[in-house]
Amino acid sequence: MKRKKNIQLYIGLGILAVLGVFLVLGLIYHPYTSTQMDAGAKLTAPTLKHWFGGDKMGRDIFTRVQEGLKTSLFISFLATAIGTVGGTIIGALSGYYGKLLDDSIMRIIDVLFAIPSILLALVFVSLSGSSMMNVILALGIAVIPSFAKMIRTEFKEQSKLEYVQAAKLMGASDLRILFVHILPNIMPTLLNCVFISINNCILAEAGLSYLGIGVQPPTASLGGMIAEGQGYLRMAPFYVIFPGVIMVFLLVGLGLISDGNAQTFVVRRSAKKDTK
Amino acid sequence: MKKKMCRVTAVFLTVLSLAVALCGCTGDKKGKSDTSITIGIPQDIEETLDPHNMVAAGTKEIFFNVFEGLVKPDSDGNIVPAVASEINVSDDGLTYTFTIREGVKFHDGTNVTAEDVQYSMNKCADIEGGEPMIPALSNVSAVNIVDDSHVDIVLKEADNDFLANIATVSAAIIPKHNEDPAANAIGTGPYKYVSRSPLENVVFEINNDYWGEKAEITNVTWKICANADTIAMELEGGSIDMMAHLTSAHKAQISTENFEVLSGTMNLVQALYLNHKFEPFANEDVRKAMCYAVDKDAILGFVSDGEGVKIGSSMYPNFKKYYDQGLADAYPHDTEKAKELLKKAGYENGFSFDITVPSNYVQHVDTATVIKEQLAEVGITANIKQVDWDTWLSDTYVGRNYDATVIGVDAAQLTASALLARFVSDAGNNFTNYNSSAYDKLYKETFALTDDAARTEGFKKCVQMLSDDAANVYIQDLPEFVAINRKYTGYTFYPVYVIDVAKIKLAK
Amino acid sequence: MGKYVLKKIASLALTLLAVSFVVFLLFSVIPGDPAVSKLGTQATPERVEALRKELGLNAPFIARYFKWVAGFVRGNLGQSYAYSMPVSKLIGGKLLINATLSVLAIIIVIGVSVPIGVYTAKHTGGFLDKVFTVINQIFMAFPPFLLGLILTFFFGIVLKLFSPGAYVGYERNFFGFLGYMICPAIALALPKTAMCIKLLRTNILEEAKKDYSKTSYSKGNNTTGLLYKYVLKNAIMPTITFVGMIFADMIASGIVIEQTFGIPGLGRSLLSAISVRDYPVVMAIVMLIAFGIVVVSAITDIIHAAVDPRVR
Repeated sequence: MKRKKNIQLYIGLGILAVLGVFLVLGLIYHPYTSTQMDAGAKLTAPTLKHWFGGDKMGRDIFTRVQEGLKTSLFISFLATAIGTVGGTIIGALSGYYGKLLDDSIMRIIDVLFAIPSILLALVFVSLSGSSMMNVILALGIAVIPSFAKMIRTEFKEQSKLEYVQAAKLMGASDLRILFVHILPNIMPTLLNCVFISINNCILAEAGLSYLGIGVQPPTASLGGMIAEGQGYLRMAPFYVIFPGVIMVFLLVGLGLISDGNAQTFVVRRSAKKDTK
Repeated sequence: MKKKMCRVTAVFLTVLSLAVALCGCTGDKKGKSDTSITIGIPQDIEETLDPHNMVAAGTKEIFFNVFEGLVKPDSDGNIVPAVASEINVSDDGLTYTFTIREGVKFHDGTNVTAEDVQYSMNKCADIEGGEPMIPALSNVSAVNIVDDSHVDIVLKEADNDFLANIATVSAAIIPKHNEDPAANAIGTGPYKYVSRSPLENVVFEINNDYWGEKAEITNVTWKICANADTIAMELEGGSIDMMAHLTSAHKAQISTENFEVLSGTMNLVQALYLNHKFEPFANEDVRKAMCYAVDKDAILGFVSDGEGVKIGSSMYPNFKKYYDQGLADAYPHDTEKAKELLKKAGYENGFSFDITVPSNYVQHVDTATVIKEQLAEVGITANIKQVDWDTWLSDTYVGRNYDATVIGVDAAQLTASALLARFVSDAGNNFTNYNSSAYDKLYKETFALTDDAARTEGFKKCVQMLSDDAANVYIQDLPEFVAINRKYTGYTFYPVYVIDVAKIKLAK
Repeated sequence: MGKYVLKKIASLALTLLAVSFVVFLLFSVIPGDPAVSKLGTQATPERVEALRKELGLNAPFIARYFKWVAGFVRGNLGQSYAYSMPVSKLIGGKLLINATLSVLAIIIVIGVSVPIGVYTAKHTGGFLDKVFTVINQIFMAFPPFLLGLILTFFFGIVLKLFSPGAYVGYERNFFGFLGYMICPAIALALPKTAMCIKLLRTNILEEAKKDYSKTSYSKGNNTTGLLYKYVLKNAIMPTITFVGMIFADMIASGIVIEQTFGIPGLGRSLLSAISVRDYPVVMAIVMLIAFGIVVVSAITDIIHAAVDPRVR
């Protein structure tokens, strides 16, 4: 059973390894910079010179996809980190303590849910200008509510279980119960949330550029490239296909890892319980 | 369980195929009357239906078919009589007497009377408020009814451009008895307004009582095609018959077998507009260095597939009267010269500034991207800062809080002033903060002239001066394309931003 | 239970009030001005000032807010700045479009994910489970706009089953409208369905590992009985929360779909209203979304409470 689960994990790791090789390739072989324009290579199909073809400015798509992958990873990981920390803390407090705190936190989250994230992003950027850091912050804050809501449900359920009660009787502090006792037990859900959040952040970054508040040109991002290439779908399909395939690859790889990982946790935990 | 699962899957598949079948049903709609046309427009008509308060070029562009002024522009840029049949100007150039054309009817069937003309002109010239939408109309001192078919408009000062200024939808003749012009569009044009559905469409139908040559197309649906990326698909799929303002990227994807693709220019001045209050740009040498550093031909190649027209000052080529193509090459691409000038100005190590661009205009964003690369070669660092259109309007255009911006400026009326007045140092719309006493003097003197030749000469000097001063880094008049299904013919370009549906005919 | 429901309704009203205040506040913070937006490039400081006065934008923030609340309570949503028409008329037409889209999508989500989720959980490691896991991963990873484009391209251009962008207004031809909405609904539902399947499967497996399941199993219950009698009841809980969340999220996530398929729905109205700072329209749509979210969240809470009294 255990070995079977890990296959997912391995495939996922394999996919990410391929992407890693793809990035490393950029370190070894880099005849172009990501902003170097060449009128002759404008929207040209893949050739030996330009492996993935040229974009609307004659920039090398291969190089830009590499840069885009780096940008998207950087943004989504940092944003998710913010979301995870914020969401877990809020969800944990809300789910564990319940009562008034829970009620008020849930109401605030409801309020946040109801406000269009575009509006939030606009506010953010208008207050502090558009930069990579602000995109990360805006996305990170935007994922906190959904994180908190999922985590809260878990904490609420867990806090009623015997091991928590036992820990309480033994005089463990609340902080210890929350983060040492309960947190490891909700790892599968947490990882699930992390995956969904990375996924959403990568996609949302593309959406933000619609309002001009994503990554600023000429920096490439996967979402931005797909959005850019959309208009050339019929005449230069490679413009969308390469960043699209890399993006789907990345997301599938991450998904498989989180899945395989979650399963491993379940298996390990039940194994632990069994040996008790 | 396995069996049950299969059943569920089967049910699902049935639902799915039903869905597909239903999708299929919608495929073969359309084609009711062949004298109708569906024209795509890139943005919704998000404003009032009162012609005197319309602002967006996209709104006025289509309402050109519904509203007419006393005079209107033709496709060659001449001013021709419309609601008025005859115009007499007094010798001092202060009184214009308009004879109302006989038999002109509003879309609600009533005749156009002298009262309607007086009401409309008073309203659009904002005689009481003193803040008309067309700034030049603050020059109107009175509108008097002479008799049932004659109206006098009296000016405070003589203005050769007066007729050009009122040859727009913004000075349309509308009925006095319309109580809510913001919601009911009643005009005299070849088409009547029927309905609008926000974000979906605007519908016009033919005006059978039109005084002039009647249109051939009877029903016009303006479909809002907000997603620029699917326009080619919509044309091919047949949900729109025609679309104007296409970019060269669109053009490349439309099959010429089913569509005729016409090319023209957008009639605007695209430039890297510089804020003269921003420290380095106050220095003429820096501005000139920027002009030398920017390679217009390269920009045209990247952004417009080489189809735009290079320009060198605040005037676009279709304005033949004032346009001078020689200015386009006043600052040929020369990085060495640029570096020299920067050194002279004390910026030998370069400087850095932000280019603010409205994110909804892909061409401007692309232009800024190319400029950034070109400026980097002479050591100037440009950072691109995209903002949404509304932020651009309030912060950059009205607030003038920016370093430089890439935008296209068009002419609201067919007059030189529409393009040149904004560079007078105290003009309300002088968003570049251009401040030259020589220019102010020249412009004001020229504007006061009544002799047409002398006036033209003067405005040409203004255009020249903007180029000599390197007021902005002028780039191009962007190309635009119109794709029209081969079922139709007769689309005509205008030197102003309008789509004249009455000129479109069915192909035989 | 009755007291619990009452409490929920009271907090519902409070949440709505808070939402309206926050959005109103945000709107006064972001750059851009409805008056400038209306005047476009013809804006001059004097003209903007005059229009601001006319639209009543010069009043202090609190005064404008209370005026809005007073109108809202009396059912007066105000007048759209951009369209010069009552907001209620503008929103009303859009509501049906989005309701149809959301209901269709939710039907697909539930109809597909529950059977598949239960099946794959029951047959973990089986061939179909593996196949579904892979398909799931791919659909979850697919950007909605790419999915929309592929659907349009495939159904519209290759198979010619519908013409892209040829949206039919429901008032003209309801069945044509319904038919057109199916492709967008599929595009909207697919990623959510994949997530739902995954969530359900994970939760069922989680529950099945718990002691009560083991006890029950050891007492001689067979897997099927156990699954339907005990496990599903507990495992469905997070799924209900999730479905509630996505239902409320439909308008926001529908923006891309509306854009791709050319549907003039609420999402696009909201986007365009934000971009021209037409705040009566923004407020109305946000309140509508908020209402949806709050009500759905209250209902899921109540269902939770009904199924599991401990939640109260």
